[in-house]
Amino acid sequence: MSLRTSDGSPVTGAPVGGTTDQRLVTRKRKNFLGRQPLGLLFSAPYVIYVLGVLAFPLGYAVYISFHDYFFTAPGVQVDRPFVGLDNYITVLTDPAVQRSFANIGVFLVINVPLTVGLSLVLANALNRVTKLKTFFRVSYYVPYVTASVAVVGVWLFLFQQNGLVNAVLGPLAPNPSWLVNSWLAMPTVALFVTWKQLGFFILLYLAALQNIPDELYESASVDGANKRVQFWNITVPGVRSASVLVTLLATITGANLFTEPYLLTGGGGPDGASTSPVFLMYQMGILQGNPDVAAALGVVLVIGVLLIALIQKRLVGGKED
Amino acid sequence: MKRFSTATRVMSVAALTIMGVGLAGCGGGAGGGSAASATTAKGPIKIWYSNNEFEVKWGKDMVASWNAAHPDQQIDAQEIPAGKSSEEVIGAAITAGNAPCLVFNTAPVAVPQFQKQGGLVSLDSFPDGAQYIKDRTGDLADQYKSADGKMYQLPWKSNPVVLFYNKDLFKKAGLDAEHPKLNTQAEFLDTARTLVKSGAAANAVWPSPSSDFFQPWFDFYPFYAASSGGTNLLKDGQATFDSDQGKQVATMFQTLYKENLASKEVYKGDSFAEGKAAMSLAGPWAVAAYKGKVNWGAVAVPGVQAQASGSTFSDAKNVAMYSACKNQGTAWDVMKFATSKEQDGKLLAASGQMPMRKDLPATYADYFAKNPAYKQFAEEAGRTVEVPNVSNSVQIWQTFRDAWGKSVIFGNQSIDDAFKGASDKINQLAAQK
Repeated sequence: MSLRTSDGSPVTGAPVGGTTDQRLVTRKRKNFLGRQPLGLLFSAPYVIYVLGVLAFPLGYAVYISFHDYFFTAPGVQVDRPFVGLDNYITVLTDPAVQRSFANIGVFLVINVPLTVGLSLVLANALNRVTKLKTFFRVSYYVPYVTASVAVVGVWLFLFQQNGLVNAVLGPLAPNPSWLVNSWLAMPTVALFVTWKQLGFFILLYLAALQNIPDELYESASVDGANKRVQFWNITVPGVRSASVLVTLLATITGANLFTEPYLLTGGGGPDGASTSPVFLMYQMGILQGNPDVAAALGVVLVIGVLLIALIQKRLVGGKED
Repeated sequence: MKRFSTATRVMSVAALTIMGVGLAGCGGGAGGGSAASATTAKGPIKIWYSNNEFEVKWGKDMVASWNAAHPDQQIDAQEIPAGKSSEEVIGAAITAGNAPCLVFNTAPVAVPQFQKQGGLVSLDSFPDGAQYIKDRTGDLADQYKSADGKMYQLPWKSNPVVLFYNKDLFKKAGLDAEHPKLNTQAEFLDTARTLVKSGAAANAVWPSPSSDFFQPWFDFYPFYAASSGGTNLLKDGQATFDSDQGKQVATMFQTLYKENLASKEVYKGDSFAEGKAAMSLAGPWAVAAYKGKVNWGAVAVPGVQAQASGSTFSDAKNVAMYSACKNQGTAWDVMKFATSKEQDGKLLAASGQMPMRKDLPATYADYFAKNPAYKQFAEEAGRTVEVPNVSNSVQIWQTFRDAWGKSVIFGNQSIDDAFKGASDKINQLAAQK
């Protein structure tokens, strides 16, 4: 590989004179450190964090997924042979895994559009509220900052067989009840997660709404556009970048669903109808001591989420501004 | 962008190298000294015990009396760090190399996995190890022997599961609360129907319907042990539950769910203590827990036929020594001290849990005379069945639980098919090393 200067021309032969040499060294240093070397220093802690907490575990998970691997005490020598795609075949042919992906599909189909729609509408409404603004904003945010363990009790009170919802519905209450009904368990979990996370996404939209100039609404108003027309033609396009972010975040957090089915439906019940891939990873990797199979499942999940995110970005994001 | 890419690449490689070196360093943490010298080494040790308030009290007292007599071999004790379960925390500690010397709450089901991780010390490596266990626990200790014939756990205490019932709700249903008809599974089912149909209780019994691998220990397994004369889930590496006795227990529970005598929903709390269910399967720990809350009675878990001395599930927790321990000689001495007759008596008095000693009722006759509520458990303690001590034990129980949920609780598959499928899969899992 030949050495090149910053403009790409090859450096051939020995440098002529000290000035040229110094300039070359300076250029090489600039090439290496960039225009603002101090920026590297400031960003280093986060880069190290990302490498240590995200990149390395992800890379190691990929390594584990191709080996017959289990955790051992330090110093214990065991064979961890390369097994090719065996762990992936085990995962992809497991009916429980297949079902968990179908379950998460149901979850995302319900949760993501609901999250985007409700948070945008509510953020828009909150943006216009003049009285009790702080009260409403805090009210929507409280479920998000409250631990799932704490609020799950409220949802059990609402959706159990003898809960409030069934009491209100009377003879229209589903049988079996919500959380033990194979068709309704996952949608109920999706509703719970939507409600719980709404506050965070409302905040994102509220921030995005501040970037839409008031003049646009005033002009539209002068042109005779009513509130609904203004919402569709000014607000929705104006927060498009936030919508992409909300869609991606809702998808990623949804695909990582664990706590809610663990607590609400007794660990993915009824009969696996609300089992999620991450819950199975926990069972396989942590409880059953098969981190190799769990890692393969994790890699499949990451690839799946990336593909969905790519499609969503294309669909929702439109052309980059 | 191009200018930063070189720097980023260099930093990435550097960071990975640093972490790699760090991990390699971690990997060598257990080295030093032969196994033989480790078992005789004396000095300070760390131990963990359960966070159960009664066991904490016992643990603190035990540690205080050891430390007072051994100033050069002090115990640093703490409750098991919080986690979803003790087993997860211990498993992580083994991997990290910072497990304590002793854990006074090691679940037998987790022992094969800990052993596979290289996290446990065989107690046979101590000259008096095997004999001490045999002398203290008797033949019951054989259930805790690992596949390689060694003991990696000291059988410590059991919580023989019995059937608790709420006397007030029984009376309300017009049932005889002092001599309840709970001698056979048929009587149990009839009693359950009476309790619910009379309106005395919303649920006759409310075992957790969750998919947790350990839940069979509190619905299927005690009834199966009682029905089958104490048969383990596995015998000679083969599943035993796909049998008439196993299916009979499954059918009984399926009936409970079908007739809405048991709820299929998760209950956050203690359904028995809160009067939501009239009966509950629990061990002697429940005596103190229900004191002042429920007017309870307890009977042996019903078998198919009425029997004077039926078997049940042990729900034992044992003591294990972990390989990260440097002063294993002290750890072994502490193990024996903490499971001595004197300390076992103190544990019994503090927690009501049954030390796994042979002739338990006779050994602590005074205690049982003063506390007759516990006498039944002491008698049951000699007839307990443990979980199979085989590799993949957690996966085996999860396989069973999934089949149980599918067929018995939610009725999406016949019991015959579900048990056959689970039995075949479990046989394969048990055959794996």
